[in-house]
Amino acid sequence: MVLVFAEATNGKFKKAAHEAVTYAKKTAEVLGTDCCALTIGEVEDAGQLGVFGASKVLNVGGPGVAKFDSQVYTAAIAAAAKEVGAKVIVLSHNSTGKNLVGRLAARLLAGSAPGVNAVPTANGDQLTVRKAVFSGKAYADVTLTTEYKVISLAGNSIPVEESGAAVAVESFSPELPAAKTKVIETKRVEGTTPLPEAELVVSGGRGLKGPENWGVIEDLAEALGATTACSRPVADVGWRPHHEHVGQTGVAIRPNLYIAAGISGAIQHLAGVNNSKTIVVVNKDPEAPFFKAADYGVVGDLFEVLPKLTEAIKEHKAG
Amino acid sequence: MKLLVCVSKTPETTTKIQLTADQSDLDKSGVQYIMNPYDEWYALVRALELKEAVGGTVTILNVGAADNDTVIRKGLAIGADDAIRVNTDGGSSLYIAKQIAEQAAGYDIIFFGKETIDYNGSEVGAMVAEFLGLPYVGDASNLEMNGNQATVTRDIEGGVEVVEVETPFAVSAAKGMAEQRIPNMRGIMMAKRKPLNVVEPVDFPETTQVNHYELPAEKTAVKLIDPDNMEELVRLLHEEARVI
Ligand SMILES: Cc1cc2nc3c(=O)[nH]c(=O)nc-3n(C[C@H](O)[C@H](O)[C@H](O)COP(=O)(O)OP(=O)(O)OC[C@H]3O[C@@H](n4cnc5c(N)ncnc54)[C@H](O)[C@@H]3O)c2cc1C
Ligand SMILES: Nc1ncnc2c1ncn2[C@@H]1O[C@H](COP(=O)(O)O)[C@@H](O)[C@H]1O
Repeated sequence: MVLVFAEATNGKFKKAAHEAVTYAKKTAEVLGTDCCALTIGEVEDAGQLGVFGASKVLNVGGPGVAKFDSQVYTAAIAAAAKEVGAKVIVLSHNSTGKNLVGRLAARLLAGSAPGVNAVPTANGDQLTVRKAVFSGKAYADVTLTTEYKVISLAGNSIPVEESGAAVAVESFSPELPAAKTKVIETKRVEGTTPLPEAELVVSGGRGLKGPENWGVIEDLAEALGATTACSRPVADVGWRPHHEHVGQTGVAIRPNLYIAAGISGAIQHLAGVNNSKTIVVVNKDPEAPFFKAADYGVVGDLFEVLPKLTEAIKEHKAG
Repeated sequence: MKLLVCVSKTPETTTKIQLTADQSDLDKSGVQYIMNPYDEWYALVRALELKEAVGGTVTILNVGAADNDTVIRKGLAIGADDAIRVNTDGGSSLYIAKQIAEQAAGYDIIFFGKETIDYNGSEVGAMVAEFLGLPYVGDASNLEMNGNQATVTRDIEGGVEVVEVETPFAVSAAKGMAEQRIPNMRGIMMAKRKPLNVVEPVDFPETTQVNHYELPAEKTAVKLIDPDNMEELVRLLHEEARVI
Protein backbone atom coordinates (compact mmCIF):
# COMPACT_ATOMS: atom_id res chain seq x y z
CA MET A 1 0.00 0.00 0.00
CA VAL A 2 1.08 3.57 -0.72
CA LEU A 3 -0.16 6.20 1.74
CA VAL A 4 -0.65 9.77 0.57
CA PHE A 5 -1.32 12.71 2.85
CA ALA A 6 -3.79 14.97 1.00
CA GLU A 7 -3.75 18.35 2.68
CA ALA A 8 -6.86 20.48 2.82
CA THR A 9 -6.79 24.25 3.41
CA ASN A 10 -9.88 25.57 5.17
CA GLY A 11 -11.59 22.26 4.49
CA LYS A 12 -10.88 22.24 0.74
CA PHE A 13 -8.30 20.47 -1.39
CA LYS A 14 -6.00 22.48 -3.61
CA LYS A 15 -4.34 21.31 -6.80
CA ALA A 16 -1.30 20.11 -4.82
CA ALA A 17 -3.44 17.52 -3.02
CA HIS A 18 -4.91 16.21 -6.27
CA GLU A 19 -1.42 16.03 -7.77
CA ALA A 20 -0.16 14.12 -4.73
CA VAL A 21 -2.98 11.56 -4.93
CA THR A 22 -2.48 11.15 -8.71
CA TYR A 23 1.23 10.64 -8.05
CA ALA A 24 0.63 8.16 -5.23
CA LYS A 25 -1.71 6.18 -7.47
CA LYS A 26 0.96 6.01 -10.18
CA THR A 27 3.57 5.00 -7.62
CA ALA A 28 1.23 2.28 -6.35
CA GLU A 29 0.86 0.99 -9.92
CA VAL A 30 4.64 0.78 -10.26
CA LEU A 31 4.67 -1.32 -7.07
CA GLY A 32 1.64 -3.37 -8.06
CA THR A 33 -0.42 -2.18 -5.12
CA ASP A 34 -3.12 0.32 -4.12
CA CYS A 35 -3.13 3.81 -2.75
CA CYS A 36 -4.78 5.04 0.43
CA ALA A 37 -5.31 8.76 1.07
CA LEU A 38 -5.16 10.30 4.53
CA THR A 39 -6.90 13.57 5.33
CA ILE A 40 -6.51 15.44 8.60
CA GLY A 41 -8.99 17.84 10.17
CA GLU A 42 -12.39 18.83 8.86
CA VAL A 43 -12.53 18.22 5.13
CA GLU A 44 -15.41 18.61 2.69
CA ASP A 45 -15.85 15.71 0.31
CA ALA A 46 -12.73 13.75 1.25
CA GLY A 47 -14.21 10.77 -0.57
CA GLN A 48 -13.68 12.63 -3.85
CA LEU A 49 -9.99 11.67 -3.58
CA GLY A 50 -11.14 8.32 -4.96
CA VAL A 51 -11.58 10.09 -8.28
CA PHE A 52 -7.83 10.74 -8.40
CA GLY A 53 -6.98 7.13 -7.62
CA ALA A 54 -7.31 6.52 -3.87
CA SER A 55 -8.95 3.16 -3.22
CA LYS A 56 -9.43 4.04 0.44
CA VAL A 57 -9.69 7.37 2.29
CA LEU A 58 -9.00 7.83 6.01
CA ASN A 59 -9.80 10.93 8.03
CA VAL A 60 -8.29 11.89 11.36
CA GLY A 61 -10.54 14.45 13.02
CA GLY A 62 -11.01 16.16 16.36
CA PRO A 63 -9.85 19.36 18.05
CA GLY A 64 -6.25 18.11 18.45
CA VAL A 65 -5.60 18.35 14.70
CA ALA A 66 -7.58 21.51 13.90
CA LYS A 67 -4.33 23.49 13.55
CA PHE A 68 -1.07 22.31 12.04
CA ASP A 69 1.67 21.00 14.33
CA SER A 70 4.48 18.96 12.82
CA GLN A 71 4.73 16.48 15.72
CA VAL A 72 0.99 15.80 15.86
CA TYR A 73 0.63 15.45 12.10
CA THR A 74 3.71 13.23 11.89
CA ALA A 75 2.25 10.95 14.55
CA ALA A 76 -1.06 10.78 12.66
CA ILE A 77 0.58 9.97 9.31
CA ALA A 78 2.93 7.38 10.80
CA ALA A 79 0.01 5.73 12.62
CA ALA A 80 -2.01 5.64 9.40
CA ALA A 81 0.92 4.05 7.55
CA LYS A 82 1.07 1.28 10.15
CA GLU A 83 -2.73 0.90 10.11
CA VAL A 84 -2.93 0.28 6.36
CA GLY A 85 0.46 -1.43 6.04
CA ALA A 86 1.96 1.28 3.81
CA LYS A 87 5.72 1.34 3.33
CA VAL A 88 5.76 4.28 0.91
CA ILE A 89 4.40 7.65 2.03
CA VAL A 90 3.74 10.52 -0.38
CA LEU A 91 3.34 14.18 0.59
CA SER A 92 3.19 17.50 -1.27
CA HIS A 93 6.45 19.45 -1.19
CA ASN A 94 4.78 22.62 0.08
CA SER A 95 5.20 24.46 3.38
CA THR A 96 3.30 21.76 5.29
CA GLY A 97 5.10 18.93 3.52
CA LYS A 98 8.51 20.46 4.24
CA ASN A 99 7.70 20.39 7.95
CA LEU A 100 6.76 16.70 7.71
CA VAL A 101 9.09 14.87 5.30
CA GLY A 102 12.11 14.97 7.58
CA ARG A 103 10.13 14.20 10.72
CA LEU A 104 8.48 11.15 9.13
CA ALA A 105 11.80 9.92 7.77
CA ALA A 106 13.39 10.16 11.22
CA ARG A 107 10.42 8.53 12.91
CA LEU A 108 10.25 5.59 10.51
CA LEU A 109 14.03 5.45 9.86
CA ALA A 110 13.08 5.90 6.23
CA GLY A 111 15.03 7.05 3.22
CA SER A 112 13.49 10.22 1.88
CA ALA A 113 13.30 12.05 -1.43
CA PRO A 114 12.08 15.62 -0.92
CA GLY A 115 10.77 17.65 -3.85
CA VAL A 116 10.68 14.98 -6.58
CA ASN A 117 9.29 15.63 -10.04
CA ALA A 118 8.80 12.20 -11.60
CA VAL A 119 7.15 8.88 -10.82
CA PRO A 120 9.65 6.46 -9.24
CA THR A 121 10.99 3.29 -10.81
CA ALA A 122 11.21 0.13 -8.71
CA ASN A 123 14.09 -2.30 -8.49
CA GLY A 124 13.28 -5.10 -6.05
CA ASP A 125 12.71 -3.38 -2.75
CA GLN A 126 14.34 -0.12 -3.84
CA LEU A 127 12.73 2.92 -5.39
CA THR A 128 14.61 5.43 -7.55
CA VAL A 129 13.13 8.84 -8.11
CA ARG A 130 14.29 12.03 -9.79
CA LYS A 131 14.51 15.39 -8.04
CA ALA A 132 15.90 18.78 -8.97
CA VAL A 133 19.12 19.76 -7.19
CA PHE A 134 21.31 22.87 -7.28
CA SER A 135 18.12 24.94 -7.46
CA GLY A 136 17.10 23.36 -10.75
CA LYS A 137 20.55 23.48 -12.37
CA ALA A 138 20.68 19.64 -12.38
CA TYR A 139 18.65 16.53 -11.59
CA ALA A 140 19.64 13.72 -9.24
CA ASP A 141 18.26 10.19 -9.25
CA VAL A 142 17.82 9.32 -5.59
CA THR A 143 17.55 5.64 -4.63
CA LEU A 144 15.76 4.85 -1.37
CA THR A 145 17.23 1.70 0.13
CA THR A 146 15.17 1.42 3.33
CA GLU A 147 12.01 -0.51 4.21
CA TYR A 148 9.97 2.69 4.70
CA LYS A 149 10.23 5.44 2.09
CA VAL A 150 9.04 9.04 2.24
CA ILE A 151 8.61 11.09 -0.94
CA SER A 152 7.36 14.65 -1.41
CA LEU A 153 6.18 15.87 -4.79
CA ALA A 154 7.16 19.30 -6.14
CA GLY A 155 4.16 21.33 -7.28
CA ASN A 156 3.16 21.42 -10.98
CA SER A 157 5.35 18.38 -11.78
CA ILE A 158 2.69 16.00 -13.04
CA PRO A 159 -0.78 16.61 -14.49
CA VAL A 160 -3.74 15.71 -12.31
CA GLU A 161 -5.56 12.62 -13.60
CA GLU A 162 -8.99 11.29 -12.82
CA SER A 163 -8.89 7.51 -12.74
CA GLY A 164 -11.60 6.34 -10.37
CA ALA A 165 -14.73 7.19 -8.44
CA ALA A 166 -15.51 8.64 -5.04
CA VAL A 167 -15.09 6.26 -2.10
CA ALA A 168 -16.44 6.17 1.45
CA VAL A 169 -14.42 8.00 4.09
CA GLU A 170 -13.35 5.97 7.11
CA SER A 171 -12.59 7.79 10.30
CA PHE A 172 -9.35 6.86 12.01
CA SER A 173 -8.50 7.85 15.59
CA PRO A 174 -4.90 7.08 16.49
CA GLU A 175 -3.46 8.20 19.80
CA LEU A 176 -1.83 11.59 19.25
CA PRO A 177 0.46 13.74 21.38
CA ALA A 178 -0.54 17.25 22.47
CA ALA A 179 0.72 20.02 20.16
CA LYS A 180 3.76 21.96 21.41
CA THR A 181 3.27 24.75 18.88
CA LYS A 182 0.26 27.02 18.94
CA VAL A 183 -0.93 28.72 15.75
CA ILE A 184 -2.11 32.18 16.72
CA GLU A 185 -2.67 33.73 13.31
CA THR A 186 -2.82 32.75 9.64
CA LYS A 187 -2.58 35.55 7.07
CA ARG A 188 -3.06 34.90 3.37
CA VAL A 189 -3.13 37.31 0.48
CA GLU A 190 -6.70 37.14 -0.77
CA GLY A 191 -7.75 36.94 -4.38
CA THR A 192 -4.77 35.78 -6.44
CA THR A 193 -3.28 32.31 -6.57
CA PRO A 194 -0.19 32.12 -4.33
CA LEU A 195 3.08 32.10 -6.29
CA PRO A 196 4.18 28.54 -5.49
CA GLU A 197 0.85 27.29 -6.89
CA ALA A 198 0.46 29.71 -9.82
CA GLU A 199 0.41 28.36 -13.38
CA LEU A 200 0.92 31.80 -14.96
CA VAL A 201 3.36 34.35 -13.54
CA VAL A 202 4.30 37.87 -14.66
CA SER A 203 7.46 39.22 -13.05
CA GLY A 204 9.23 42.58 -12.99
CA GLY A 205 12.78 43.62 -12.17
CA ARG A 206 14.89 46.71 -11.75
CA GLY A 207 14.11 47.67 -15.34
CA LEU A 208 10.71 48.90 -14.08
CA LYS A 209 12.60 51.84 -12.52
CA GLY A 210 10.23 52.31 -9.56
CA PRO A 211 7.18 50.94 -7.73
CA GLU A 212 4.92 53.55 -9.33
CA ASN A 213 5.44 51.84 -12.72
CA TRP A 214 4.10 48.42 -11.71
CA GLY A 215 0.80 49.06 -13.45
CA VAL A 216 2.15 47.58 -16.70
CA ILE A 217 2.98 44.32 -14.85
CA GLU A 218 -0.32 44.25 -12.98
CA ASP A 219 -2.40 44.96 -16.08
CA LEU A 220 -0.77 42.11 -17.96
CA ALA A 221 -1.17 39.78 -14.98
CA GLU A 222 -4.82 40.69 -14.71
CA ALA A 223 -5.47 40.13 -18.39
CA LEU A 224 -3.87 36.68 -18.13
CA GLY A 225 -5.21 35.75 -14.70
CA ALA A 226 -1.58 35.47 -13.57
CA THR A 227 0.19 36.02 -10.27
CA THR A 228 2.84 38.76 -10.02
CA ALA A 229 6.45 38.20 -8.95
CA CYS A 230 9.69 40.20 -8.85
CA SER A 231 13.47 39.95 -8.75
CA ARG A 232 15.29 40.19 -5.47
CA PRO A 233 16.66 43.76 -5.60
CA VAL A 234 13.13 44.98 -6.21
CA ALA A 235 11.90 43.32 -3.00
CA ASP A 236 15.04 44.37 -1.12
CA VAL A 237 14.41 48.07 -1.75
CA GLY A 238 10.74 47.64 -0.88
CA TRP A 239 9.21 48.30 -4.31
CA ARG A 240 7.35 45.01 -3.98
CA PRO A 241 6.40 42.79 -1.02
CA HIS A 242 8.96 40.23 0.06
CA HIS A 243 6.72 37.22 -0.71
CA GLU A 244 6.87 38.11 -4.44
CA HIS A 245 10.64 37.64 -4.67
CA VAL A 246 11.54 34.60 -6.77
CA GLY A 247 14.95 33.00 -7.17
CA GLN A 248 17.54 31.08 -5.25
CA THR A 249 16.93 32.93 -2.00
CA GLY A 250 13.24 33.61 -2.65
CA VAL A 251 10.36 31.47 -3.80
CA ALA A 252 11.15 28.70 -6.29
CA ILE A 253 8.39 28.36 -8.85
CA ARG A 254 7.55 26.07 -11.76
CA PRO A 255 4.60 27.65 -13.56
CA ASN A 256 3.51 26.81 -17.11
CA LEU A 257 4.32 30.36 -18.20
CA TYR A 258 6.81 32.83 -16.71
CA ILE A 259 6.98 36.29 -18.26
CA ALA A 260 9.96 38.33 -17.08
CA ALA A 261 10.20 42.04 -17.89
CA GLY A 262 13.17 44.23 -17.00
CA ILE A 263 15.01 41.36 -15.34
CA SER A 264 18.58 40.66 -16.48
CA GLY A 265 18.51 36.92 -15.72
CA ALA A 266 21.26 36.57 -13.12
CA ILE A 267 22.04 32.96 -12.27
CA GLN A 268 20.49 33.32 -8.80
CA HIS A 269 17.26 34.57 -10.35
CA LEU A 270 17.21 31.73 -12.89
CA ALA A 271 17.69 29.21 -10.08
CA GLY A 272 14.18 29.92 -8.87
CA VAL A 273 12.40 30.03 -12.24
CA ASN A 274 14.24 27.74 -14.67
CA ASN A 275 11.79 24.89 -14.06
CA SER A 276 9.04 26.98 -15.67
CA LYS A 277 7.64 25.21 -18.74
CA THR A 278 7.71 28.30 -20.98
CA ILE A 279 9.73 31.47 -20.38
CA VAL A 280 9.10 34.79 -22.12
CA VAL A 281 11.69 37.54 -21.64
CA VAL A 282 11.15 41.22 -22.39
CA ASN A 283 14.35 43.25 -22.17
CA LYS A 284 15.72 46.24 -24.06
CA ASP A 285 19.25 44.83 -23.95
CA PRO A 286 19.69 42.06 -26.58
CA GLU A 287 22.72 40.85 -24.60
CA ALA A 288 20.73 40.28 -21.40
CA PRO A 289 21.66 36.78 -20.14
CA PHE A 290 18.00 35.91 -19.59
CA PHE A 291 17.50 35.45 -23.37
CA LYS A 292 19.68 32.31 -23.18
CA ALA A 293 17.17 30.73 -20.79
CA ALA A 294 14.09 31.97 -22.65
CA ASP A 295 11.75 30.24 -25.10
CA TYR A 296 10.43 33.49 -26.52
CA GLY A 297 12.16 36.85 -26.39
CA VAL A 298 11.15 40.39 -27.14
CA VAL A 299 13.97 42.92 -27.47
CA GLY A 300 12.36 46.23 -26.68
CA ASP A 301 11.25 48.77 -24.11
CA LEU A 302 8.98 47.03 -21.63
CA PHE A 303 6.91 50.20 -21.18
CA GLU A 304 5.87 49.90 -24.84
CA VAL A 305 5.89 46.10 -25.17
CA LEU A 306 3.86 45.11 -22.09
CA PRO A 307 0.79 47.27 -22.85
CA LYS A 308 0.76 45.88 -26.41
CA LEU A 309 1.00 42.33 -25.08
CA THR A 310 -1.80 43.05 -22.61
CA GLU A 311 -4.01 44.28 -25.47
CA ALA A 312 -3.19 41.23 -27.59
CA ILE A 313 -4.06 38.92 -24.68
CA LYS A 314 -7.36 40.70 -24.17
CA GLU A 315 -8.19 40.35 -27.87
CA HIS A 316 -7.24 36.68 -27.78
CA LYS A 317 -9.51 36.08 -24.78
CA ALA A 318 -12.37 38.03 -26.31
CA GLY A 319 -12.15 36.35 -29.67
CA MET B 1 20.41 31.06 26.19
CA LYS B 2 22.35 28.21 24.66
CA LEU B 3 21.98 28.49 20.91
CA LEU B 4 23.13 26.01 18.27
CA VAL B 5 23.41 26.87 14.58
CA CYS B 6 23.80 24.00 12.10
CA VAL B 7 25.73 25.09 9.03
CA SER B 8 26.55 23.28 5.84
CA LYS B 9 28.92 23.96 2.99
CA THR B 10 27.55 24.46 -0.53
CA PRO B 11 28.89 25.44 -3.94
CA GLU B 12 28.94 29.21 -4.42
CA THR B 13 25.67 30.51 -5.90
CA THR B 14 27.07 31.39 -9.35
CA THR B 15 28.64 27.93 -9.84
CA LYS B 16 28.05 26.47 -13.27
CA ILE B 17 27.07 22.89 -12.53
CA GLN B 18 29.09 20.32 -14.45
CA LEU B 19 29.07 16.56 -14.07
CA THR B 20 31.77 13.93 -14.16
CA ALA B 21 32.00 11.96 -17.44
CA ASP B 22 30.00 9.00 -16.06
CA GLN B 23 27.41 11.42 -14.58
CA SER B 24 27.73 9.79 -11.17
CA ASP B 25 28.73 13.00 -9.41
CA LEU B 26 29.23 16.73 -9.62
CA ASP B 27 32.51 17.68 -11.24
CA LYS B 28 34.05 19.39 -8.23
CA SER B 29 37.14 20.76 -9.95
CA GLY B 30 37.19 24.53 -9.75
CA VAL B 31 34.03 24.68 -7.62
CA GLN B 32 34.22 27.31 -4.89
CA TYR B 33 32.45 26.56 -1.64
CA ILE B 34 30.67 28.88 0.74
CA MET B 35 28.58 28.62 3.88
CA ASN B 36 24.99 27.81 2.87
CA PRO B 37 23.43 31.31 2.55
CA TYR B 38 20.34 30.54 4.67
CA ASP B 39 22.57 29.25 7.47
CA GLU B 40 24.93 32.22 7.32
CA TRP B 41 22.73 35.20 6.52
CA TYR B 42 19.64 34.33 8.51
CA ALA B 43 20.09 31.50 11.04
CA LEU B 44 23.51 32.49 12.37
CA VAL B 45 22.84 36.23 12.44
CA ARG B 46 19.50 35.83 14.25
CA ALA B 47 21.18 33.59 16.83
CA LEU B 48 23.88 36.23 17.36
CA GLU B 49 21.24 38.95 17.75
CA LEU B 50 19.42 36.91 20.41
CA LYS B 51 22.66 36.35 22.27
CA GLU B 52 23.41 40.05 22.14
CA ALA B 53 19.94 40.83 23.50
CA VAL B 54 19.67 38.31 26.34
CA GLY B 55 23.12 36.78 26.82
CA GLY B 56 24.26 33.21 26.26
CA THR B 57 26.39 31.39 23.72
CA VAL B 58 26.22 30.59 20.02
CA THR B 59 27.76 27.30 18.91
CA ILE B 60 28.24 26.30 15.28
CA LEU B 61 27.78 22.67 14.29
CA ASN B 62 28.84 21.13 11.01
CA VAL B 63 28.85 17.52 9.88
CA GLY B 64 31.64 17.15 7.35
CA ALA B 65 35.27 16.53 6.58
CA ALA B 66 38.25 18.72 7.54
CA ASP B 67 37.90 20.87 4.41
CA ASN B 68 34.72 22.32 5.98
CA ASP B 69 36.82 24.15 8.56
CA THR B 70 37.08 27.30 6.40
CA VAL B 71 33.32 27.65 6.42
CA ILE B 72 33.19 27.01 10.17
CA ARG B 73 35.92 29.63 10.80
CA LYS B 74 33.90 32.15 8.84
CA GLY B 75 30.96 31.53 11.18
CA LEU B 76 33.27 32.09 14.15
CA ALA B 77 34.52 35.30 12.50
CA ILE B 78 30.95 36.55 12.13
CA GLY B 79 30.61 36.10 15.89
CA ALA B 80 29.84 32.55 17.07
CA ASP B 81 31.63 31.53 20.29
CA ASP B 82 32.75 28.03 19.45
CA ALA B 83 32.17 25.21 16.99
CA ILE B 84 31.81 21.46 16.71
CA ARG B 85 32.60 19.47 13.58
CA VAL B 86 31.48 15.86 13.32
CA ASN B 87 34.22 14.35 11.24
CA THR B 88 32.64 12.36 8.42
CA ASP B 89 32.01 12.28 4.69
CA GLY B 90 28.62 10.63 5.24
CA GLY B 91 25.92 11.50 2.82
CA SER B 92 22.21 10.76 3.48
CA SER B 93 20.21 13.52 5.12
CA LEU B 94 19.09 11.14 7.86
CA TYR B 95 22.69 10.16 8.59
CA ILE B 96 23.65 13.84 8.92
CA ALA B 97 20.60 14.55 11.09
CA LYS B 98 21.51 11.64 13.38
CA GLN B 99 25.03 13.06 13.84
CA ILE B 100 23.58 16.51 14.62
CA ALA B 101 21.06 15.06 17.09
CA GLU B 102 23.90 13.32 18.97
CA GLN B 103 25.50 16.72 19.62
CA ALA B 104 22.40 18.89 19.95
CA ALA B 105 20.89 17.94 23.32
CA GLY B 106 20.73 20.72 25.92
CA TYR B 107 20.40 23.72 23.63
CA ASP B 108 17.45 26.12 23.93
CA ILE B 109 17.11 26.74 20.21
CA ILE B 110 18.59 24.75 17.34
CA PHE B 111 18.80 26.84 14.16
CA PHE B 112 18.86 25.50 10.60
CA GLY B 113 18.68 27.12 7.19
CA LYS B 114 15.45 26.57 5.26
CA GLU B 115 17.34 24.41 2.77
CA THR B 116 20.82 23.73 1.47
CA ILE B 117 21.14 25.34 -1.95
CA ASP B 118 22.84 22.24 -3.39
CA TYR B 119 20.53 19.38 -2.36
CA ASN B 120 17.44 21.57 -1.73
CA GLY B 121 16.20 19.05 0.81
CA SER B 122 14.48 21.15 3.48
CA GLU B 123 14.49 18.10 5.66
CA VAL B 124 17.50 17.90 7.99
CA GLY B 125 16.03 20.32 10.58
CA ALA B 126 12.78 18.40 10.92
CA MET B 127 14.72 15.14 11.17
CA VAL B 128 16.83 16.43 14.05
CA ALA B 129 13.70 17.74 15.80
CA GLU B 130 12.08 14.31 15.52
CA PHE B 131 15.18 12.51 16.84
CA LEU B 132 15.18 14.84 19.86
CA GLY B 133 11.38 14.97 20.32
CA LEU B 134 11.37 18.76 19.85
CA PRO B 135 8.82 21.01 18.16
CA TYR B 136 9.97 22.36 14.79
CA VAL B 137 8.97 25.43 12.81
CA GLY B 138 10.15 25.47 9.19
CA ASP B 139 10.71 28.44 6.82
CA ALA B 140 10.65 31.06 9.57
CA SER B 141 10.98 34.67 8.43
CA ASN B 142 10.73 36.22 11.89
CA LEU B 143 11.52 35.06 15.42
CA GLU B 144 10.97 37.07 18.61
CA MET B 145 11.75 35.83 22.14
CA ASN B 146 9.97 36.75 25.33
CA GLY B 147 11.56 34.81 28.19
CA ASN B 148 11.44 31.18 27.10
CA GLN B 149 8.53 31.77 24.74
CA ALA B 150 9.10 32.41 21.05
CA THR B 151 6.74 33.95 18.52
CA VAL B 152 7.71 32.66 15.11
CA THR B 153 6.37 33.75 11.72
CA ARG B 154 6.66 31.05 9.09
CA ASP B 155 6.14 31.40 5.35
CA ILE B 156 3.22 29.46 3.91
CA GLU B 157 1.80 29.47 0.37
CA GLY B 158 0.61 33.01 -0.29
CA GLY B 159 1.05 34.26 3.25
CA VAL B 160 2.39 33.64 6.73
CA GLU B 161 1.42 31.78 9.85
CA VAL B 162 2.34 33.03 13.32
CA VAL B 163 3.03 30.33 15.93
CA GLU B 164 4.04 30.32 19.58
CA VAL B 165 6.46 27.76 20.92
CA GLU B 166 8.53 27.37 24.08
CA THR B 167 12.18 26.47 24.28
CA PRO B 168 13.66 24.03 23.56
CA PHE B 169 12.71 23.95 19.88
CA ALA B 170 14.19 23.75 16.38
CA VAL B 171 13.62 26.32 13.65
CA SER B 172 14.70 26.78 10.02
CA ALA B 173 15.47 30.28 8.82
CA ALA B 174 14.23 31.89 5.59
CA LYS B 175 14.80 35.35 4.15
CA GLY B 176 13.61 38.12 6.43
CA MET B 177 14.79 36.64 9.72
CA ALA B 178 17.93 38.80 9.87
CA GLU B 179 20.30 40.90 7.77
CA GLN B 180 23.54 39.44 6.47
CA ARG B 181 26.68 40.42 8.45
CA ILE B 182 30.13 40.74 6.93
CA PRO B 183 32.97 39.58 9.21
CA ASN B 184 35.43 42.35 10.12
CA MET B 185 39.21 42.09 10.60
CA ARG B 186 38.94 41.78 14.38
CA GLY B 187 36.40 38.97 14.03
CA ILE B 188 38.62 37.13 11.60
CA MET B 189 41.63 37.42 13.94
CA MET B 190 39.60 36.30 16.96
CA ALA B 191 38.09 33.36 15.07
CA LYS B 192 41.52 31.74 14.83
CA ARG B 193 41.66 31.37 18.61
CA LYS B 194 38.09 30.18 19.17
CA PRO B 195 37.59 26.47 19.97
CA LEU B 196 36.67 24.16 17.06
CA ASN B 197 36.11 20.72 18.54
CA VAL B 198 36.28 17.77 16.20
CA VAL B 199 34.26 14.71 17.25
CA GLU B 200 33.85 11.33 15.58
CA PRO B 201 30.49 10.20 14.11
CA VAL B 202 28.22 7.54 15.60
CA ASP B 203 27.35 4.49 13.51
CA PHE B 204 24.19 4.92 11.49
CA PRO B 205 23.13 3.37 8.17
CA GLU B 206 22.87 5.37 4.96
CA THR B 207 19.25 5.49 3.78
CA THR B 208 19.60 6.92 0.28
CA GLN B 209 22.08 6.83 -2.60
CA VAL B 210 22.54 9.13 -5.54
CA ASN B 211 24.31 7.35 -8.39
CA HIS B 212 23.22 9.38 -11.37
CA TYR B 213 22.89 13.06 -12.20
CA GLU B 214 21.58 14.76 -15.28
CA LEU B 215 21.69 18.30 -16.59
CA PRO B 216 18.44 19.81 -17.87
CA ALA B 217 18.01 19.55 -21.63
CA GLU B 218 19.63 22.51 -23.39
CA LYS B 219 17.08 25.15 -24.22
CA THR B 220 16.60 25.50 -27.94
CA ALA B 221 17.61 28.97 -29.09
CA VAL B 222 15.22 31.70 -28.07
CA LYS B 223 12.61 32.71 -30.64
CA LEU B 224 12.72 36.46 -31.03
CA ILE B 225 9.43 38.22 -31.67
CA ASP B 226 9.03 41.66 -33.21
CA PRO B 227 8.10 44.08 -30.38
CA ASP B 228 5.39 45.53 -32.61
CA ASN B 229 3.78 42.14 -33.19
CA MET B 230 2.53 40.94 -29.82
CA GLU B 231 -0.35 39.14 -31.57
CA GLU B 232 2.31 36.75 -32.88
CA LEU B 233 3.61 36.09 -29.36
CA VAL B 234 0.10 35.39 -28.12
CA ARG B 235 -0.46 33.03 -31.07
CA LEU B 236 2.75 31.12 -30.25
CA LEU B 237 1.89 30.91 -26.56
CA HIS B 238 -1.50 29.54 -27.47
CA GLU B 239 -0.74 27.24 -30.39
CA GLU B 240 2.88 26.20 -29.95
CA ALA B 241 3.60 26.36 -26.21
CA ARG B 242 -0.06 25.74 -25.32
CA VAL B 243 0.22 27.62 -22.05
CA ILE B 244 -2.63 30.10 -22.57
C1 LIG C 1 23.83 34.80 -3.02
C2 LIG C 1 22.92 35.58 -3.89
C3 LIG C 1 21.59 35.22 -3.96
C4 LIG C 1 20.70 35.91 -4.80
N1 LIG C 1 19.41 35.50 -4.88
C5 LIG C 1 18.59 36.10 -5.78
C6 LIG C 1 17.24 35.67 -5.95
O1 LIG C 1 16.76 34.77 -5.26
N2 LIG C 1 16.46 36.28 -6.88
C7 LIG C 1 16.91 37.31 -7.66
O2 LIG C 1 16.14 37.81 -8.49
N3 LIG C 1 18.18 37.76 -7.49
C8 LIG C 1 19.02 37.19 -6.57
N4 LIG C 1 20.28 37.66 -6.42
C9 LIG C 1 20.64 38.90 -7.13
C10 LIG C 1 21.06 38.64 -8.58
O3 LIG C 1 22.43 38.33 -8.61
C11 LIG C 1 20.82 39.91 -9.42
O4 LIG C 1 21.52 40.99 -8.85
C12 LIG C 1 19.36 40.30 -9.55
O5 LIG C 1 18.58 39.18 -9.94
C13 LIG C 1 19.21 41.41 -10.58
O6 LIG C 1 17.88 41.90 -10.57
P1 LIG C 1 17.26 42.55 -11.86
O7 LIG C 1 17.41 41.63 -13.01
O8 LIG C 1 15.88 43.00 -11.50
O9 LIG C 1 18.13 43.88 -12.05
P2 LIG C 1 19.28 44.20 -13.10
O10 LIG C 1 20.33 43.17 -13.10
O11 LIG C 1 19.66 45.61 -12.81
O12 LIG C 1 18.57 44.12 -14.50
C14 LIG C 1 17.63 45.05 -14.98
C15 LIG C 1 17.33 44.66 -16.42
O13 LIG C 1 16.30 45.48 -16.92
C16 LIG C 1 16.57 45.82 -18.29
N5 LIG C 1 15.84 47.06 -18.57
C17 LIG C 1 16.04 48.29 -18.04
N6 LIG C 1 15.14 49.17 -18.53
C18 LIG C 1 14.34 48.49 -19.38
C19 LIG C 1 13.22 48.84 -20.17
N7 LIG C 1 12.72 50.08 -20.20
N8 LIG C 1 12.66 47.87 -20.93
C20 LIG C 1 13.13 46.60 -20.94
N9 LIG C 1 14.19 46.21 -20.19
C21 LIG C 1 14.78 47.14 -19.41
C22 LIG C 1 18.06 45.96 -18.33
O14 LIG C 1 18.54 45.76 -19.67
C23 LIG C 1 18.52 44.85 -17.37
O15 LIG C 1 18.74 43.63 -18.06
C24 LIG C 1 21.17 37.01 -5.57
C25 LIG C 1 22.50 37.38 -5.47
C26 LIG C 1 23.38 36.69 -4.64
C27 LIG C 1 24.81 37.11 -4.58
N1 LIG D 1 26.38 18.61 6.83
C1 LIG D 1 25.64 19.44 7.60
N2 LIG D 1 26.16 19.90 8.77
C2 LIG D 1 25.43 20.74 9.57
N3 LIG D 1 24.20 21.18 9.25
C3 LIG D 1 23.65 20.74 8.09
C4 LIG D 1 24.33 19.86 7.21
N4 LIG D 1 23.53 19.61 6.15
C5 LIG D 1 22.39 20.32 6.35
N5 LIG D 1 22.46 21.01 7.53
C6 LIG D 1 21.44 21.94 8.09
O1 LIG D 1 20.16 21.54 7.63
C7 LIG D 1 19.55 22.58 6.85
C8 LIG D 1 18.66 21.99 5.78
O2 LIG D 1 19.40 21.16 4.92
P1 LIG D 1 18.71 20.28 3.78
O3 LIG D 1 17.70 19.42 4.43
O4 LIG D 1 19.84 19.50 3.15
O5 LIG D 1 18.09 21.26 2.80
C9 LIG D 1 20.73 23.42 6.37
O6 LIG D 1 20.33 24.75 6.06
C10 LIG D 1 21.67 23.36 7.58
O7 LIG D 1 21.23 24.26 8.61
